[in-house]
Amino acid sequence: MKKLINRQPNRYARWFLGLLPFALLLAIYIGASSARLAENPDDPLLPSLTQMAEAVERMAFEPSKRSGDYLLLQDTLASLQRLGIGIGVSAALALIFGIANGAIPYVRATLSPLVVGISLVPPMAILPILFIVFGLQELAKVMLIIIGVTPFMIRDMQQRTLEIPEEQIIKMQTLGANTWQTITRLMLPQIMPRLLATTRLALGTAWLFLIAAEAIAATEGLGYRIFLVRRYLSMDVILPYVLWITLLALVIDFLLNRWSRWRYPWFHATGQ
Amino acid sequence: MRSKLLTALPFIAAAGMLPGTALAKDEFSVCWSIYVGWMPWDYGDAEGIVDKWADKYDIEIDVVQINDYIESINQYTSGRFDGCTMTNMDALTIPASGGVDSTALVVGDFSDGNDGIVMKNEDDLAEIEGKRVNLVELSVSHYLLARGLESVGLSERDIEVVNTADADIVSAFATPDVSSVVTWNPQLSSVLEQPNANLVFDSSQIPGEIMDLMVVNTETLEANPKFGKALTGAWYEIMARMQGDDETAIEARTHMANAAGTDLEGYEAQLEATNMFHDPSEAVDFTRSDQLLETMQNVAEFSFRHGLLGQGAPSAEAVGIETPSGTYGNEGNVNLRFTDKYMQQAADGEL
Repeated sequence: MKKLINRQPNRYARWFLGLLPFALLLAIYIGASSARLAENPDDPLLPSLTQMAEAVERMAFEPSKRSGDYLLLQDTLASLQRLGIGIGVSAALALIFGIANGAIPYVRATLSPLVVGISLVPPMAILPILFIVFGLQELAKVMLIIIGVTPFMIRDMQQRTLEIPEEQIIKMQTLGANTWQTITRLMLPQIMPRLLATTRLALGTAWLFLIAAEAIAATEGLGYRIFLVRRYLSMDVILPYVLWITLLALVIDFLLNRWSRWRYPWFHATGQ
Repeated sequence: MRSKLLTALPFIAAAGMLPGTALAKDEFSVCWSIYVGWMPWDYGDAEGIVDKWADKYDIEIDVVQINDYIESINQYTSGRFDGCTMTNMDALTIPASGGVDSTALVVGDFSDGNDGIVMKNEDDLAEIEGKRVNLVELSVSHYLLARGLESVGLSERDIEVVNTADADIVSAFATPDVSSVVTWNPQLSSVLEQPNANLVFDSSQIPGEIMDLMVVNTETLEANPKFGKALTGAWYEIMARMQGDDETAIEARTHMANAAGTDLEGYEAQLEATNMFHDPSEAVDFTRSDQLLETMQNVAEFSFRHGLLGQGAPSAEAVGIETPSGTYGNEGNVNLRFTDKYMQQAADGEL
């Protein structure tokens, strides 16, 4: 008999095994939910799948009675806009400062300790300062994401730039390249796919800060809705919203990965 | 054998989430969160007053502090606790509309200035028209705002509500973006300390409408009257100890002040704005009054307008509210009850 470490599941078995934990979780949920609902049909804690479907229909496909808006759409657009601007600005800053830090020793000596220092400050601990500086509206929410993810993205980009083989840099110089040409022709193309990889990792943290920002002060957004309906324990709205956020995060991650494979196939070919 | 275990696994795990059943029992737990009117529970727990009364009725009562107010109510609603401190409005919108039949065992106090609307550079509530107002949406602050707007002939359509976490409301008011907030103490007094802050409306203008209660599960209470007796007895012993100027009272209030994160002076200022029912007979009179019924009708209508009674609720009368002077709403679905029974026993010295 083959050793366990050498036995590979076939395609069907992989699908089955992959789905099994989800099915188990769902079964546990349905079991617990029906037990609670049997005792108290109004119990809000573990709503049935039907109740959640009704909540989704109400939030997503019916205009709100009070404002006439489609709430799920409105919340999603508001959140995605904040997330998009936040992560976009963070990635741009990380690219510029990461390469500058990695490529130019004088810049690195000046900025690197500052970036390390800032990246270690927990943004949630200095919220009142952020409010006073950035106010309480859209800017503050985007800034919380930027402050939360940019420093560690810059550190990562700096590290990746430093990892570019010395031989390549020397070779370019022997061919007559100046600093600017070395950065734009050699470093930038090699750093771009790594920036996408770092952005994918940063997205999880960015969602965390987005939802925290929306919980603090907002009039719309996915995080706002979750914290609002939590006030009356409306789990039939919260659970579908959580699934929706997970799905959005998955789609964004997938798209970034696809983009990276399309634009930088050499990066993925080396097995990274 | 192995496959059987696998099939059973979900059910074993699910059993952990099952609701507690309300049978006669000897061990109870109640939760509370930090607020001026609930600090006595902490003192009673620390000084062994709750234990003493529990011993008297041969039961055990565990008093647990929960840091997050809403979380404490959610825990109670999901069956983790037999009782919890909350306001009348939250008792209606969270446990009662969540199908958990709840009884207001002790009506401890009503807010008499502890909740207020503050505006920057304006001293007239009518000027709030068209402004963004920061508050904890769907809380008693929201209710207070709705009542305040009514008093100057405005409605919620005339303003924009911005949901703001209670922990951040003081620093929010310090930013130029924010011109008006609605909040409660201790945040209210911190907001008022800031320059240009004016109190334009407060809960003393709607006396008796925002109450702080000890709410217990009705089934548990009916199966275990001694739980109700012990809690009520303990409460009024704490009340008797904490009032006055003798050494015990000052010590008690200092304990509560420290536990609430303030000093004696700060805590007494909050007590000033709180109409505590030190004497059980005052609480009994209040509970029996027609005003309570009227207030609860106001609260139910407000809650219905904001969808707080559940989306399936057909009207403000969806959840029945029983008080000694009568019942509001659907009598077939009474889920919130105000009782004077235990407080009356305390007043008569029968506990």
